[in-house]
Amino acid sequence: MIPQGGSGSGRYNLAIETRGLTKHFGRQVAVDGVDLAVPPGSVFGFLGPNGSGKTTTIRMLLGLAAASAGTVSLLGMEMPGRFRDVLPRVGALVEGPAFYPFLSGAANLSRLDAAGRSTVPATRKGRVDRALERVGLSHAAGKKVHAYSLGMKQRLGIANALLARRDLLVLDEPTNGLDPQGTREVRNLVRSLAHDGATVFVSSHLLAEVEQMCTHAAIMSAGRLVAQGPLAELRRAGSARIRLLTPDAGQARSVLAGLGLAAEAGGSQPDGEVLLASLSAAGDGRLPEDVVGQLVAGGVRVRGFAVERESLEDRFVALTGEGFDVAQ
Amino acid sequence: MPAEVPGTAAPAVREARESASSLMLSELRVLFGRRRTWALLLALAAIPVLIAIAVRVSSAVPPGRGPAFLDRISQNGLFVAFTAMLVSVPLFLPLTVGVVAGDTIAGEANLGTLRYLLVAPAGRVRLLLVKYAGALAFCIVAPLTVGLAGAAIGAALFPVGPVTLLSGDVIQPPEAAVRILLIAAYLAVSLAGLSAVGLFLSTLTVVPVGAMAATVVVSVVSQVLDQLPQLEWLHPWLFSHYWFGFGDMLRQPLLWDSFTSNALLQGGYIAVFGALAYGRFVTRDILS
Ligand SMILES: Nc1ncnc2c1ncn2[C@@H]1O[C@H](COP(=O)(O)OP(=O)(O)OP(=O)(O)O)[C@@H](O)[C@H]1O
Ligand SMILES: [Mg+2]
Repeated sequence: MIPQGGSGSGRYNLAIETRGLTKHFGRQVAVDGVDLAVPPGSVFGFLGPNGSGKTTTIRMLLGLAAASAGTVSLLGMEMPGRFRDVLPRVGALVEGPAFYPFLSGAANLSRLDAAGRSTVPATRKGRVDRALERVGLSHAAGKKVHAYSLGMKQRLGIANALLARRDLLVLDEPTNGLDPQGTREVRNLVRSLAHDGATVFVSSHLLAEVEQMCTHAAIMSAGRLVAQGPLAELRRAGSARIRLLTPDAGQARSVLAGLGLAAEAGGSQPDGEVLLASLSAAGDGRLPEDVVGQLVAGGVRVRGFAVERESLEDRFVALTGEGFDVAQ
Repeated sequence: MPAEVPGTAAPAVREARESASSLMLSELRVLFGRRRTWALLLALAAIPVLIAIAVRVSSAVPPGRGPAFLDRISQNGLFVAFTAMLVSVPLFLPLTVGVVAGDTIAGEANLGTLRYLLVAPAGRVRLLLVKYAGALAFCIVAPLTVGLAGAAIGAALFPVGPVTLLSGDVIQPPEAAVRILLIAAYLAVSLAGLSAVGLFLSTLTVVPVGAMAATVVVSVVSQVLDQLPQLEWLHPWLFSHYWFGFGDMLRQPLLWDSFTSNALLQGGYIAVFGALAYGRFVTRDILS
């Protein structure tokens, strides 16, 4: 892990840092006092259910929308005040790709490259070709974008983010609409970008994806940041539970109750009943081997025993709520 | 960033200038490369063609009927250009300019490309300037298209000879061609204010058709108000007030009064609506 980012042109302790970032839309609070801290060199997953304020936060990071309150600093510089210095070093995909349908993929990238203030025209074609190649679109470079499939447009959007060497990539749901190969390629791409020293900030609601490619994560719920940190820490913060298979359910319950563990029924199987109990509920961090020892000593026939860590998904649901309805 | 080495400043400055102009080049390429712009220009070119064909197939036009100059076409093809430019001033030119100016910002917002241009980063002020410059380029090309298409079709279907000016003087065809270009320039200046209005309206919405329609409506309203004698005090302030003053380009010696007044008035509109567009666009949240 790289402790500090930046090469020559200013060092920074956090690639993205927001303080009390807030956005109102009329009376609705879309983003509410968010304090993000994205370490340099991390692959940072920005998780949250639909409408939780991920895209709105990203718009404020990039200076597209003004914050109602709070501050943003990217690569150690205030945004939006220093966008001229910051944005050339940032590649972004915001709320899906957007292109001129009547231009070819390569022409679209050329235009966006030309829009940058500090890009050198002489090397433009090379940059465009390289970016297209990196996302596997070289063969479709000359095709008009209106003839692109959803996944091809998504790839072109990622290519746009990769036009120049970037220190920070902000990718809003980059694997949206991609086929399994595409998803895998994006995952590898993100890893290789991080390997080259870039910080990657990637929003998603696909937990499996975040678990596979991220080193850090933050979880948004109804505009608030409810958790953030290294992935391992986020998982650990969740409780572990034991899963016991035994034909002597009644006896096991009373032994567990004696240990201060409340057992729940987890269904029955041919060779016994499943009991579930949360380990951390005991408060004093009881060790699993003690529990097994007590059970056996209590005459319970233990036919299966497992310690299950809460998955990120359980943690996510615990933090953001179970319901399917979009938070208002 | 490579370290600054003495003596490398000159290429760095050159590169900065090149990159500053590359967004402008790209804007012109996108504007004049897209089919819609060509359709607008073709529609404008069709006006003189229709006029010329109508005159050609009909018997002689009685003098004093129809648009000015119409009766002279059969004797001198160059009058197709003058007639067509006159005919396109009230509606066709404002219509096409309204489409282009109304599309400037709203069109990008509607496609979603606005957010990527700004993240590139184009810079909001720079983007606004480039967009307005693109609209101005269209204001130059549009009347030129009418004039040149008129001269071409006129020369093809009718004899070409000396032109009698409004002042009664006679000029030779080469000089008449210069006058056609002068009128095109006059009209280009005339449309600059409307373009600024369109640019401002375009910053208000993400629906380009709305901004286009509003711009065209504004141009019609301005011309209607200019017709109402009760509003005489207002007339000199209407951007369409000098639109028909290009007859001064058909006098000998040339009269520059209306050209200058027109240019000043359009400059005022550019300043006011440019400032409004700036005020709106630099503070606007890009949520599309
Ligand atoms: N232009 C807007 N005007 C008003 N409210 C908006 C606007 N854009 C977003 N919102 C509101 O802000 C909240 C957050 O939206 P946002 O797009 O940031 O969510 P998200 O986390 O990106 O969701 P998703 O996963 O669906 O992309 C939502 O409640 C939404 O209704
Ligand atoms: Mg979103």
